[in-house]
Amino acid sequence: MPTAEKTLDEILDLASAHFKVSREKLSPDDDFFKALGIDSLQTLDLLTKLENHFHVELPDYELQGVTDFRTLAGKIQARL
Amino acid sequence: MTTPHLGQTMSWEFKEGVVELRLHRTPCNEIGSKSLDELEAFSRYLQSLDSSAHAVLIYSDLKCGFCAGADLRELYQRSQAMATSDAAKGVREFLERIHSALNIIDASPLTTIAAVNGVVFGGGFELALACDLIVADKTARFAFPELRLGLIPGFGGIPRLKRDISNAVVRDLLLTGRSFNATKAQQIGLASQVVAEGEVLRAARATAAQIAKFDRGTSATAKQFIKPIPHEELRREIDIFCELFSRPAVQAGLKKFVESKDAQPYLP
Repeated sequence: MPTAEKTLDEILDLASAHFKVSREKLSPDDDFFKALGIDSLQTLDLLTKLENHFHVELPDYELQGVTDFRTLAGKIQARL
Repeated sequence: MTTPHLGQTMSWEFKEGVVELRLHRTPCNEIGSKSLDELEAFSRYLQSLDSSAHAVLIYSDLKCGFCAGADLRELYQRSQAMATSDAAKGVREFLERIHSALNIIDASPLTTIAAVNGVVFGGGFELALACDLIVADKTARFAFPELRLGLIPGFGGIPRLKRDISNAVVRDLLLTGRSFNATKAQQIGLASQVVAEGEVLRAARATAAQIAKFDRGTSATAKQFIKPIPHEELRREIDIFCELFSRPAVQAGLKKFVESKDAQPYLP
């Protein structure tokens, strides 16, 4: 099973590639809505990408109140 | 080939035995009064087709998704502008009209295929469920978020979903209001195929071409045999929806959605 840090790194890489934001501009505690310039619909798109990448299913209500990459990674990690 | 019909929210074209309905109302094919008018026109057109047609393919031209559901902004604005009793009457009339159109699609002797991508929420999910087959792009995400608004799906979603998948999964989706991806949709038997992003129309057309090989009368008979239309439950769903719509929680839920600063507030 990957470590939490590896999961976080992969999420940042995926988000950077999918939304075409430079990887250097993203850090773990960033608000991903602002850092990626996305709305809730695009967040669901990111969720789909993450679910497919990590082969997990993450109910979207678990994203309630989640705004940073580190917490998001924790949610994914809990499903691995 | 007949002349394509170009509408404001959707357009259709009949070509080589396949009717293709293209949804293109920005931002995400929300179903409002204009969409309903055009969906009714489409359903009438379907009924007029002769034996040269064998399949219907419904897809979206918009990257955001197949359809995000009912136009909640229009629903809220109209219900605010009229007396409660008139709003209730208007909602029932809308539901009866859309049920009629979707029942025609559901019962069509032609094989119907929903080629879905992105958001397939609420009324959009219900439109897909009226079809015989769902082909999903990897970006597709399905949900019945109506409980978030104090409502249940009102366009026939519950009876049609019960027809296709287990009650346990129906309860999960309905009672949590959560969305699920195309992989899950295929695992539970909802999506017959999952394809790479951008490939769904090609895959759906290939499926339609396969269907064209079979005798249309036999296909229509087989479909009628294996796919019952749950008329009584569909009517009951309209009654329950209208009863719930009259509650204050619904107006509060609609208001929250409409006033959200998020352009498309789709997270629960």
